[in-house]
Amino acid sequence: MELVTNPELQANKFPVVKKTDYFTYVPPAFITLILLIGQITFGILDNYINVVVSIGTSLIAEMLLASLILGTRKNLASAYITGISVGILIRSNMIWPYVVTALISILSKYVLTYKGKHLWNPSNLGVSWMLLMAPLSVAGLGIQWGNNLWAMCVIWCLGLGIVYRAKKFRVTVTYVICFIILAYVRSLLTTDPFLSELSPLTGPMYQLFIFFMITDPGVSVSGKKAQILVVILVALVEFALRLESVIYAPFYALCLVVPVCRFIDLKRNTSKKVVTGF
Amino acid sequence: MTGSKRVFKILTTILFVVLLIGSALLSHLKEFHLDGGNAEANEQDALAKYGFYLEPVDNKSIGIDFRHLCPMLDPKLDNIAPQIASMGAAVSIVDFDNDGWNDIYFTNSRTGSLNALYRNLHNGKFENVAPQMGLADVNKKGTGVSMGAVWGDYDNDGYEDLFLYKWGKPELFHNIGGKNFVNVTEGSGLPKWVNANCAIWLDFDNDGKLDLFLGGYYNENIDLSNLNTTKIMPESFRYANNGGRNYLLKNLGNGKFKDVTAEYGLTSTKWTLAAGAADFNGDGYPELYVANDYNVDEFYINQGGKKFVERGKVVGIGNIPKSGMSVAFGDINNNGTLGIYTTNITEPGILIQGNNYWQPKNTGTGEPSFINLAQLSGIENAGWSYGAQFGDLNNDGYTDIYAANGFISAKKGTSYWYDYSKVTGGNSKIIGDAANWPAMDGKSQSGYQQNKIWLNNSNALFEDVTGKVNPYITFDSRAVAMADLWNRGVLDIVVANQNNVPLIYKNHLQNGNHWVDFDLHGTISNASAVGAKVELDWDGKKQMQIVSGGIGFSAQNQHRVHFGMGKATTTDRVIIHWPSGQVYTMEKPQIDQLHVITENKTKN
Repeated sequence: MELVTNPELQANKFPVVKKTDYFTYVPPAFITLILLIGQITFGILDNYINVVVSIGTSLIAEMLLASLILGTRKNLASAYITGISVGILIRSNMIWPYVVTALISILSKYVLTYKGKHLWNPSNLGVSWMLLMAPLSVAGLGIQWGNNLWAMCVIWCLGLGIVYRAKKFRVTVTYVICFIILAYVRSLLTTDPFLSELSPLTGPMYQLFIFFMITDPGVSVSGKKAQILVVILVALVEFALRLESVIYAPFYALCLVVPVCRFIDLKRNTSKKVVTGF
Repeated sequence: MTGSKRVFKILTTILFVVLLIGSALLSHLKEFHLDGGNAEANEQDALAKYGFYLEPVDNKSIGIDFRHLCPMLDPKLDNIAPQIASMGAAVSIVDFDNDGWNDIYFTNSRTGSLNALYRNLHNGKFENVAPQMGLADVNKKGTGVSMGAVWGDYDNDGYEDLFLYKWGKPELFHNIGGKNFVNVTEGSGLPKWVNANCAIWLDFDNDGKLDLFLGGYYNENIDLSNLNTTKIMPESFRYANNGGRNYLLKNLGNGKFKDVTAEYGLTSTKWTLAAGAADFNGDGYPELYVANDYNVDEFYINQGGKKFVERGKVVGIGNIPKSGMSVAFGDINNNGTLGIYTTNITEPGILIQGNNYWQPKNTGTGEPSFINLAQLSGIENAGWSYGAQFGDLNNDGYTDIYAANGFISAKKGTSYWYDYSKVTGGNSKIIGDAANWPAMDGKSQSGYQQNKIWLNNSNALFEDVTGKVNPYITFDSRAVAMADLWNRGVLDIVVANQNNVPLIYKNHLQNGNHWVDFDLHGTISNASAVGAKVELDWDGKKQMQIVSGGIGFSAQNQHRVHFGMGKATTTDRVIIHWPSGQVYTMEKPQIDQLHVITENKTKN
């Protein structure tokens, strides 16, 4: 991306991001495709209102906060993904949790920052908070949305293609490999069938998790090796949480590991720049 | 950062903190107690505040010594046996000897175990007469085990007959004058083997003969006590279509039934757990509501007795897959229309399906449509619910709800939910094979939950009085039936508990409220009057009830319909819509008594 000044919008006094990379819109399109496939084939959404509300809340919050706090206009692709993730990942019989989760997610990008960078994947933080703190109002997407194997394969192929294009293939593949190995270890430790430990990976929650949350460029650390290390840490923390029978272990693991790594990464890189400056 | 931006950032931070704290607080403000809270009801307080108190009777003191035993399964299912063998405790109320007093039939579910028929001795006690009636030893090896029973006079001889459904061979018992029963299954046309958890009597073509709907749960090709495969589980937690088939069995009138399932369009193979039949579009023919586990519920519109057409999505009840366990019909806001209450699962943080109350949006003729008012009415979250029934527990003129809860109460402080969620979140190939399911190892799952009692305070606004009108008790409750067990003009409650003794609540009502009951007998219509709608008008109110041939989960209420009337001392009228199409109006039926009404033999 490249920051330019657009004369048309100068009247609004906003620096504008010129979109030079149309790949920005591929992930939103992909998550929409997942939603559509799930909805058309199985009707995964309990109703459309929830997802519309969470997307709308995310977009409006992002526009307002970018304008009021940063004095800029932001590309809304990220907020769209956040909104749609919230709409799919949480389940509630009420509307307010969708609004609040989306707001917590977007606001976290402006509040929980270090050196101007946010530390948490937004929807990961929002969803994790609500699952942990509002269990009487919110549950997670922990259920399978169908028996259609080919639909799952299509999503996996497309997802892998997209993360490859986004240069996050190593992150996803590392996580998947770690999950499979650790699932096997868990099955040895718990004596539960290996397939039962592997099972979550075949569900829709993990499709969103591995293609959108752990690959979020907004909270990536710098360096390929560091990114791999972070995702291994996520898998290990998830492994530990799973041994403690924590249902939403992947969300909590990501929520615990990423901000710490991100903080260390930002601090280390800033220090290096300071040293270089000398 | 400029000053204004800094201000906005501070405001955003404040808002963020408020959202974090507020979301947690708001969630807990709406807290629902799955264990019934910590209230320990005091009878005097309950009587003073609510006018009634539900006293659990000492079963043995009234002659009831029944204890349910769960099914024994093929050892291949040992890892999840408590989960599979979690049903079978059923109860149905009948006056099998026409003595004017309600009797109770319990089913048992272990091979060799005995079912029990408790005859009401009119003195507050009961006597198990199932052995001499030929209704006890019905769980013989090779015939399957009982899952429930419904009573209906299929031959119109004036005595209620028994249809017993099983994970096994369904059986029909003919009532011989209230003296004994004869197994008439052979040659009756009933299917050879159905893994059923639901059956109801209905007269879908209004020919005056009771037909049967039988709902399959596990596939009918398997015997759960003797399996060749472990691939018997639902293919999905939300979209499973690999359950047992359903059966619509038309009564031919000569003791024979004809399977007309395909002809009538009931070919669904979802995992059916409950059904109810009532006329919702005013054409006189009963629609069929089918509650399914692991998928959406179904609503079949009766096309003049010639065919059923499934319109669940169109009418609004079939869009969100839940875990349909029970169907009950009730008029919660006294507007003369029946709504539908269905139970599901609520487990905080894991699965918040919520129960449904489907209120008809339109009345009269035409295709019905429904809106879910459970949340607004305060009757949404109960727990892992099974049977639920409507009934006016305090005779105030508004129908209340009793909902059974609790899945598996094993080791305290343990939970199988994590293990459960691993498998149910996965692909069909994994979830569908019981061998892939983690061993339960004595873990509980949604156990130790108290049953819910919701009091309708007026016009569909319910108050949770669980633990306020009854003492704290938890079972893994399944079937619920309401009946006036001691002919006092109040509804008592009978709850069949899995692997346990039944819970019988004697209703102590001391608020001076009035009531009126109607016991209907058809002549042109089926003799049991199943499907008849009874509308009582009084004191500016209008309430509709229906005579059912089985309702709730594996249950059947008393045959008579019971109306509480509050302080009103007169009625305006009762209007009876018989299945034959006849409409009978009785002006000012006397209060505080049971009216036995027989249909005119000639059509008016």
